[in-house]
Amino acid sequence: MYDPTVARLTYRALLGRRRAAILFVLPVFLVAIAVAVRAFAGADDGVASGVLGGFAIATMVPLIGVIAGTGAIGPEIDDGSIVYLLAKPVKRPTIIFTKLIVAVAVTMLFSALPTFVAGLILNGNGGQIAVAYTIAALVASIAYSALFLLLGTVSRHAVVFGLVYALVWEALFGSLVPGARTLSVQQWSLSVAEKVAGEGAVTSDVGLPLATVLLIGVTVVATWYAGQKLRALKLAGEE
Amino acid sequence: MSTETGTVAGNDTSRIHNIGYRSYDGVRLGRAYARRSLYSQTLRGSFGLGRSAKSKVLPMLLCGVMCLVSLILVAVAIATPGMTKLPIKYTDFAIYLQAVIGLFIASQAPQAVSRDLRFKSVPLYFSRPIERVDYVLAKFAAMTSALLILTGLPLVILFVGALLAKFDFADQAKGFGQGMVSVALLSVLFAGLGLVVAALTPRRGFGVAAVIAVLTITYGAVSTVQAIAWQTDSAGAITWLGLFSPITLIDGVQTAFLGATSAFPGGDGPGAAAGVVYLLVVLALVAGSYAVLMRRYRRVGL
Repeated sequence: MYDPTVARLTYRALLGRRRAAILFVLPVFLVAIAVAVRAFAGADDGVASGVLGGFAIATMVPLIGVIAGTGAIGPEIDDGSIVYLLAKPVKRPTIIFTKLIVAVAVTMLFSALPTFVAGLILNGNGGQIAVAYTIAALVASIAYSALFLLLGTVSRHAVVFGLVYALVWEALFGSLVPGARTLSVQQWSLSVAEKVAGEGAVTSDVGLPLATVLLIGVTVVATWYAGQKLRALKLAGEE
Repeated sequence: MSTETGTVAGNDTSRIHNIGYRSYDGVRLGRAYARRSLYSQTLRGSFGLGRSAKSKVLPMLLCGVMCLVSLILVAVAIATPGMTKLPIKYTDFAIYLQAVIGLFIASQAPQAVSRDLRFKSVPLYFSRPIERVDYVLAKFAAMTSALLILTGLPLVILFVGALLAKFDFADQAKGFGQGMVSVALLSVLFAGLGLVVAALTPRRGFGVAAVIAVLTITYGAVSTVQAIAWQTDSAGAITWLGLFSPITLIDGVQTAFLGATSAFPGGDGPGAAAGVVYLLVVLALVAGSYAVLMRRYRRVGL
């Protein structure tokens, strides 16, 4: 199910040149904010939770997920070089699975690790906050990568649709319509974090059992369907 | 001009055959025409006009969302008895719907410049009688106009709705004028930033992500830190933190000069003195993005 050559190519596509720049800038930015806030406000659980929940989980993880998830397959389909990969005797679900592993690894590396570092800087893991948000970021990385990888195989405008989901659905509708929060990767991952952190430090609107089922369900279904899409991929010309 | 085929006089061994090619003797439309065309094509293209049905979906959808929200606000204002003004201020509208505006510029700025770079059609533009400054200005102006349509149209709907509901005309006209100035400023600023980021990459998808990252990451960071500054009673810092993201810059300018209510935590926007700094930063950013674009297109061959 895992093909090292495909993985190597995907790593190079993701971490090569300019695309990597934005991946590096975001975590550095988060850590810089954490340092500034710590110097500014001192160690405080509420503040740490605000920065990690409001900036790291709500903004940074989805953005890195979009870049890594769609970036793992989107450009190849876009410029047509995916045909060379598809022509090789590698199963298409294997290609998807390998790319998913790589996307998950990259998203975790660039989102969960800085979240943990920022959490340590903010309040030295008081009340398990740093660990809780790191776990949320890890869990969210898997679901986001699977979801956006699927988008990459379905649409040429995957980045836009991924951003629409992350910004309009999760941020805008999520804050206005409480029901929308049930269908949000961010809330599912926060419910896992809620379990880990001390009482009241992290809040989620979704119960843990439901969140776990939805997280696993979305990841598995998205990966399976992406494999199916790749089996019958039609290469379209530039519009 | 002769079109007859024949031979030109010469000696027997070498003769040139005139096979009837004609040189162009029509009207040459010149540089201004090329610039205008580039402007109108980019403006039409940013709403998907003249492109495939698929690429009309997103810009039209975003424009529809903007108008729908303002229609709902108008409907509320007309249907509720005893209202004397609209439910929100004209200047607040763009701040509330900044995600939609951000998505529009993120999806359309790369459309305007990245594909020219990727398919190497920029040298073809410059083989026409246009200069670098024409290309940059046309794209910049087109993107600004597209954003102005997107943000101005809902304000017009609000204004017409306010007049239909027989609200005080002078009051509404003043608010509408202030709102239009604010969205004009917002359009220029966002168009500049969007085009700069998009022009740096020939990849459309990556351009989209980079533009949205510049807009939302800065806003997310600024609003998070502002909220913390508010909690820790350092209200003085809130004003200056607003300088670091595009939408809070606009918020600050319109709070200082255009009678808006700030969306900053605590609702205390910058005063007139800090407002001047905000305005200067906005103008510097616009001038800066123009300069960066001009620099970017210095090497046309790419």
